[in-house]
Amino acid sequence: MPGLQSAAHVETAGAYLEAYGRMRLIREFEAAMHRLFLRGEVHGTTHLYAGQEAVAVGVCMALDPDDYVSGTYRGHGHALAKGTEPEPLLAEMLGRATGVCGGRAGSMNVIDLAHGLVGCYGIVGGSIAAALGAGLSAQRQGRVSVAFFGDGASNQAYFHECLNMASVKRLPVIFVCENNLYAEFTPMADATAGANIAARGAAYAVRSAVVDGNDLWAVRAAAGEAVTRARAGEGPTLLECQTYRHYGHSKSDPAPYRTKEELERWRERDPLTLARDRLLAEGVSTDDVAAVEQATTDALDRAVENALAAPYPDPAAEHATEYAP
Amino acid sequence: MTVSELEFRVAIRDALAEELERDASVVFFGEDVAAAGGVFKATPDLLERFGPDRVFDTPISELALAGAAYGAAVTGMRPVFEVMFGDFMALAMDSLVNQAAKFWYISREQGTVPLVVRSAVGAGGRFGAIHSQTHGTWFQGIPGLKIAFPSSPAEAKGLLKGAIRDDNPVVFLEHKRLYSVTGPPPPSGQEVIALGQAHVARAGENLTIASAGKGVADALAAADALASEGVSVEVVDLRTLRPLDLPTVLESVAKTNRLLAVEEGPRTGGWATGLLGAVAEEGLHDLDDAWILATDETPIPYSPTLEDAFLPDADAIAASVRSRLGVAA
Repeated sequence: MPGLQSAAHVETAGAYLEAYGRMRLIREFEAAMHRLFLRGEVHGTTHLYAGQEAVAVGVCMALDPDDYVSGTYRGHGHALAKGTEPEPLLAEMLGRATGVCGGRAGSMNVIDLAHGLVGCYGIVGGSIAAALGAGLSAQRQGRVSVAFFGDGASNQAYFHECLNMASVKRLPVIFVCENNLYAEFTPMADATAGANIAARGAAYAVRSAVVDGNDLWAVRAAAGEAVTRARAGEGPTLLECQTYRHYGHSKSDPAPYRTKEELERWRERDPLTLARDRLLAEGVSTDDVAAVEQATTDALDRAVENALAAPYPDPAAEHATEYAP
Repeated sequence: MTVSELEFRVAIRDALAEELERDASVVFFGEDVAAAGGVFKATPDLLERFGPDRVFDTPISELALAGAAYGAAVTGMRPVFEVMFGDFMALAMDSLVNQAAKFWYISREQGTVPLVVRSAVGAGGRFGAIHSQTHGTWFQGIPGLKIAFPSSPAEAKGLLKGAIRDDNPVVFLEHKRLYSVTGPPPPSGQEVIALGQAHVARAGENLTIASAGKGVADALAAADALASEGVSVEVVDLRTLRPLDLPTVLESVAKTNRLLAVEEGPRTGGWATGLLGAVAEEGLHDLDDAWILATDETPIPYSPTLEDAFLPDADAIAASVRSRLGVAA
């Protein structure tokens, strides 16, 4: 798969077409995960990212390949947006030896250091601290560090402690809150006082913005500004990207707490449809869009086929050590 | 104190300074550690010497500190951070237990987590229940973490340097009743002690006492008293509670046939029970007797009379040995 991040960050229609392809890849990856879970090929549970694609992709468009990202247990989109290949990612979900972590991590805990993915975290808010620490390194290395997290995480100590410390130390960290309106099963109004996460940044002197998280262009613009500030030594930024997940919290959650009307309203603002419409409106040909869509589907089909054919890890051949030598 | 004597707190500072000097990826941070030099005055002058990019004060945010160290460690740095009192480590648990300790394994060895978290631990300072605990055992059951607990100034310097050079997350315990202790500097060639190797601090014939941290100093004092009564005690300084160096303990027990584990902490869930279990499993044929001297199953009391009675000090160790061996004082 072509990488999203280029040193030039040319905001051409071509770059957005490529980004749209990556969003499609995430959507199709999660659809495949849904199917494979029902077939018993994905074990335990999984948390699907469909509906939120513009956030991860828009942010990662603004990054260099060696910048750092930390994701959540809903992290397949974060990994794919940062550059993890779909086949080793899917193989990891299936618990196969060819997985990006050899099947040791699973859906919630993916790590791909080669692509700057410091980790994905099964505990709400964990990504925030990982990005804070990566920010200490990034400050010395001329890089930036991004934490993806949900609205639920804004009530964790991680959020408050890390925003404060990043601000005090002027660290090049971008805190990207994916506000999908539900902390697991609980609506935001019942769990998040003030219902305004961006406003919490102001308390820590962290520049903050509310972003339409379903609009790839809006996310890319906000992230680009945050990256520029971070690289200039101007410290962290908090982006509250308002979006919506298409599936429930996890595979055990059919999300009965959401109304049909709400679902319909958000489906009308599906980030993929919005991106496709805008690409066409800006003069990208339907043939070019179709070619990207076909290439994405082909890539994912290959990934599914190969991942399903890959062996499970052999316990006798693991040779795991408790400690690094 | 003679010129050549080393104070425990200076040993800590020297180890940090030497490693900061040696390796540009080492950084040191925590609450009041830089400008103020630490509440136990273990880290003065490091800020002045290495500057605010390498040595810095932080908010009182233990969870963020642990996360910051973890994230920095997996991206190329060697962070050392201080959590002022070990009791406060309860606030840092998620990042250490669920992030740092898991990374090497679940990433399938994509990277290492070279971090050290130093804390003042232990009772005897009249600090009460929530500034006196020894939190090592909270982490005893976490694969991937190491736990170091030095017993003397020389051991403190060597083990801290070893911990900083180790590529795994290390929980480093500094007993607050040892900070003002002085002793000889590390012997030539032992300036760095690799983690995981216990050390026979005193050779003896009749009984092995295994301990760590201040317990070793107490055991050595008890051994002196018992020697005059005809009991020859071997003292094994475990140095690290995870991993436990079982072979060194087994070798000692093969000689003495008796084992006393001295732990400043409750018996239930402590490292001493694990050690006795392992010795029983591997060396039962060498054992005539084995027991544990630990603390009561209550929080640590404040009042001097209560706290003194609570702690297994040198007198308590000697009394326990006499009672168990049927020796008169």
